[in-house]
Amino acid sequence: MKTFKLGGVHPEENKISAGEAIEVLPLPAKVCIPVSQSLGAPSKVVVEKGAIVKTGQVIAKGESFISSNVHSSVSGKVTKIDEVIDTSGYKRQAVYIDVEGDEWEEGIDRSPEIIHDIVPDRDAIIRKINEMGVVGLGGATFPSHVKLMVPDGKKAEYLLINGVECEPYLTSDHRLMLERGEEMVIGVKILMKALGVSKAFIGIEKNKQDAIVHLSVICSKHPGIEVVPLKVKYPQGGEKQLIKAVVNREVPSGKLPIEVGCVVNNVGTALAVYEAVQKNKPLIDRVVTVTGKSVAKPSNLLVRIGAPVSALVDFAGGLPEDAGKVISGGPMMGKALTSLDVPVVKGTSGILIMQGAESKRAAALNCIRCGRCITACPMGLEPVLLAQLSENQLFERAEKDRIMDCIECGSCHYTCPAGRPLLDYLRLGKNKTGILIRNRGKK
Amino acid sequence: MNLLTVSGSPHVHTQQSVKSIMYGVVIALIPAIFVSLYFFGLDAARVIFISVAACLFFEWVIQKYLIKGPVTINDGSALVTGVLLAFNVPSNLPWWILVIGALVSIGIGKMSFGGLGKNPFNPALVGRVFLLISFPVQMTSWPLPKGLFGSGLTDAITGPTTLGVLKEGLDAGKTVQEIMASPDFPGYINDLLGAQGGSLGEISAIALLLGAVYMLSRKIITWHIPTAYIGSAVIFSGILWLVDPTHYIDPALHLLAGGMILGVFYMATDMVSSPMTPRGQIVFGIGAGLLTIMIRVWGAYPEGVSFAILIMNAFTPLINNAFKPKRFGEVVKNG
Repeated sequence: MKTFKLGGVHPEENKISAGEAIEVLPLPAKVCIPVSQSLGAPSKVVVEKGAIVKTGQVIAKGESFISSNVHSSVSGKVTKIDEVIDTSGYKRQAVYIDVEGDEWEEGIDRSPEIIHDIVPDRDAIIRKINEMGVVGLGGATFPSHVKLMVPDGKKAEYLLINGVECEPYLTSDHRLMLERGEEMVIGVKILMKALGVSKAFIGIEKNKQDAIVHLSVICSKHPGIEVVPLKVKYPQGGEKQLIKAVVNREVPSGKLPIEVGCVVNNVGTALAVYEAVQKNKPLIDRVVTVTGKSVAKPSNLLVRIGAPVSALVDFAGGLPEDAGKVISGGPMMGKALTSLDVPVVKGTSGILIMQGAESKRAAALNCIRCGRCITACPMGLEPVLLAQLSENQLFERAEKDRIMDCIECGSCHYTCPAGRPLLDYLRLGKNKTGILIRNRGKK
Repeated sequence: MNLLTVSGSPHVHTQQSVKSIMYGVVIALIPAIFVSLYFFGLDAARVIFISVAACLFFEWVIQKYLIKGPVTINDGSALVTGVLLAFNVPSNLPWWILVIGALVSIGIGKMSFGGLGKNPFNPALVGRVFLLISFPVQMTSWPLPKGLFGSGLTDAITGPTTLGVLKEGLDAGKTVQEIMASPDFPGYINDLLGAQGGSLGEISAIALLLGAVYMLSRKIITWHIPTAYIGSAVIFSGILWLVDPTHYIDPALHLLAGGMILGVFYMATDMVSSPMTPRGQIVFGIGAGLLTIMIRVWGAYPEGVSFAILIMNAFTPLINNAFKPKRFGEVVKNG
């Protein structure tokens, strides 16, 4: 069985909602759509207060290279353009819309018919993906069209599709692969055409055997696309770990996957690409897992972007009485929310509600120098040392010891028997070291 | 509605804690405790009890009245130190010497550096070596095993250890074969089972190995240090033995006799005082193995495990700096 070799941990999988088919969340009464939903520059709002918008209409335009369009996910009236605290905890500009009916923009093909023939050429595909606001749905929300524009001097050899879903609890990608596999594979072919590659791999963790079988059957009709079962190990779905596991290449420190001829996209992104290119449908909804040990009805929901998290939680049976923490994303890398009034964005893969008892951190003890964090680190770093250097503000030494290679997977903190908040210090250190590096560039 | 907890990721945590690791070591030591009770009777119980009680007491006093900080005697680390110190002394050691050993272990070996996690040397070994140097007579008169209820304190019959007999004999000019033929010599089987003179916990290799397997399977320790330690000791002593079997004993005897197994699995692997990276741990193990054999063969003491581990403990910070983990993506491609 293929896997990455260096480090890694085995958190409890807890895929409670794996058997729940995707359900459509009823339209909320109001939505709030943040206009910067991707990495890179914020997009510019192009609607005004009081405007009537249709579902799928552009409400904010990405104007620089690394930025992305944002579309209205509902039809209705723009009530205000104001700030909102989004799932990341930062204030962002957002368009608030009162929902009236569900009237879609013209030209969007909403029929269930699957379109197999890929007509547009490479440039047209990339333009379409850009126009339709498709971003990486694995969590990092990198604008997808940018990934497809291979820099001069580099060549893409392989497309890797990330169906690993190594985060415990989350099952949205799993359900997508089972229920929308056919369309997703066409999305993969579109991406292959845009990149000019003849080989694609879909990496899936072994705990999703049904998805492996289902996609293998579909892919047998498409030469060049291969399903690769992977060992259940966190963070198997980390971009660099996935490349190492599937094609056994190591992305050099500080470089992008294209350096070793690879481009990685999430399964959800592949489906969004299919919908954008074949059905002319902008990215206005996504599948979100709502789960937790005390959640009455763990679900996988197809949700319009901008719907409040509270609507998802209500659909899943309401906030359990013993709820202690609500997380946007999975338990390893997700962000704890301060309230349920935040909107779902393109990068929201799950809402995890943890019980009160399991949501508290244990008090940190002295480091006992056991080295478990070093063994667990999938990047071969020394979290214990980097945390100390950060704590003592020795950022130049932290840079030498490669703090910027940290992928913030959380394996170090997860495995620490003394319960030290290693990743907290590493994040701080990365931030400060990054400032140091940027200032150096200015001189 | 209750307020929600907010913290950075990750939001889940492994079950393993400092406490579970420490008590895991104690569980691993239980078979050896039973063997020591079987062979040395109530004397063994006395030594273990005094040592553990004294270690816990000194940790409590120091944390409560000198440091005036939180008391953490229930984290299991002082318990481990107490049992290991007891395992490193003869069963007839006077109680006051044991108490001094516990004070040195906990007070100097551990708390003076800031407590658990801060000590550069293994506390139990610090105490043991202090006693060995300060009370050489009491620390090297080894009562022979007599069974569970057969012993009194004063009339204990003492006898030499395997390594002691060999050292004495070789110094007197005898060959290894002559010494091994003498009736004093315990032999391999007794070394393996524990029917020989020696420290409480040095005597039965099988009981100690049983605990070691438990620690490895529970991932309390990793294979790196024990494998490197045993490997280098076997290879080094094997070369000497092949060169001159009349003056050097064979590697199997080196392994079974003395405190090798106890030291390799329970003290060299002490996470606080050993290197953190797998590469560093292998270097540490090799160094400790070589030093152990050198001290046994050419040193003044018959046994070298304690000194070897303490010396390598001193190198740990240097090893940590010199042997970094294999970085992801550090491979520089040629052409």
